[in-house]
Amino acid sequence: MGVWFGWSRSPRRSFRALAFGIMLAAMAGWAAGAVAEEPPTIAGAADLQFALTDIAAAFKAETGLDVKLAFGSSGNFARQIRQGAPFEMYLSADENYVLDLGKDGLTRDDGALYAVGRIVIIVPHGSPLEADGTFEDLRAALKDGRVQKFAIANPEHAPYGRRAEETLRHAGLWEAIEDRLVLGENVSQAAQFATSGSTQGGIIAYSLALSPKVSALGRFELIPAEWHEPLRQRMVLLENAGATAERFFAFLQEPAARAIMRQYGFVLPGEES
Amino acid sequence: MDWTALRLSLELGFLTVLLLLPIGIWVGRRLAYQDFRGKGLAEALVALPLVLPPTVLGYYLLVAFGAGSPVGQVWQSLFGRPLVFTFEGLLVASVIFNLPFAIQPMQRGFEAIPREVREAAACCGLAPWQALLRIELPLAWPGILTAMVLSFAHTLGEFGIVLMVGGSIPGETKTIAIAIYDRVQAFDDVAAAQMAALLLALSLATIALTYGLSRRVGRRLG
Repeated sequence: MGVWFGWSRSPRRSFRALAFGIMLAAMAGWAAGAVAEEPPTIAGAADLQFALTDIAAAFKAETGLDVKLAFGSSGNFARQIRQGAPFEMYLSADENYVLDLGKDGLTRDDGALYAVGRIVIIVPHGSPLEADGTFEDLRAALKDGRVQKFAIANPEHAPYGRRAEETLRHAGLWEAIEDRLVLGENVSQAAQFATSGSTQGGIIAYSLALSPKVSALGRFELIPAEWHEPLRQRMVLLENAGATAERFFAFLQEPAARAIMRQYGFVLPGEES
Repeated sequence: MDWTALRLSLELGFLTVLLLLPIGIWVGRRLAYQDFRGKGLAEALVALPLVLPPTVLGYYLLVAFGAGSPVGQVWQSLFGRPLVFTFEGLLVASVIFNLPFAIQPMQRGFEAIPREVREAAACCGLAPWQALLRIELPLAWPGILTAMVLSFAHTLGEFGIVLMVGGSIPGETKTIAIAIYDRVQAFDDVAAAQMAALLLALSLATIALTYGLSRRVGRRLG
């Protein structure tokens, strides 16, 4: 065994060498982390998973600047920002989170509306359910038991989950479907659940369904926008925002970024029909 | 493969081990050799993270270190950075949840040293710190190395606490375990599969190493 580890000759010396090696490696890692100038961290609602990643790539191509993206539910990010999370910019799927943070003095201002989101019903290939935006087939499927599990985002802290709940209530299906719901931590996880084949379908963001990675997995149809409160999405710079975050904020309002947002099915401010 | 997350996890693992090494040696040695009031309680506290749900620990750390807490405010005024959702916060959390993984194997290592050997060292006129460096550490090293390997591997794999006090910030708190979760949500199955395979291999290596080391302890003293 000692030969195997190569430490049998002098256990004491080898122990010291090991401890020293670990210390060196740790210090090297520490130093490397400290030297590089840190790109800003941007907190993005999960429905922006693909759109914002593309926009960050376009931003990098144009300015040479990096941003770090973190995706999650808007409600969780708002809570984390209150607890002191070091984000420099926050893109919420529900503008109320931004406005509330603003009231408490945690943001630079009230930010800007950047998009209005839409939701779709999506069913994976091979599901017994139809992708039917007015829920007629979902209604029938709930009666005849074709739907065992249905995925939405958690309405407690994910705006897309709340809108999904509103549409199901609007259609009068909430009570029937409630105990068959699988709740995603955010809309991106809901999309993963909805298309995994383990559920018969789900309600997710249009912007996610339009991504080739998701659309390859199932069929989807838009749900009427009048069935739910609008998903008014607002972004804001936080108190500690630096120059790069400011440029990224401005970039999102420029034509290149707006084109990407449009490509992912977002309705843009000033373009509502 | 998310290399930033991998590097972050490795850094976190190394630094956790580095901080736990003196803590583990000190506490493990005291628990092994000394009887004192409240020793049972101390041992129970050390073992607590083994059974405590990670989210419970995460919740308390969030409450204790958050921006509104005294600790969080003192930290903020000292370093100009919050403690939660930062690498430093993760490191503190990591040290706490690894206490049993570091202390218990080291304690076993020190316990395995026969009393006569330590007495002989004292009789030869070795000061306690000399006895520690020249006699105890060389004899207890399989236990110490086991502790280091286990803490390191456990840090790489910890998920619940990191998610709660870390917030999944790339290059800051998004460890490789979180990155797997993140990649699955981003429909990036290839990256998730690669990282999962890497963690599987690392875990297997850890188990092989610790089993090998504990056999070694048994053989020498048995």
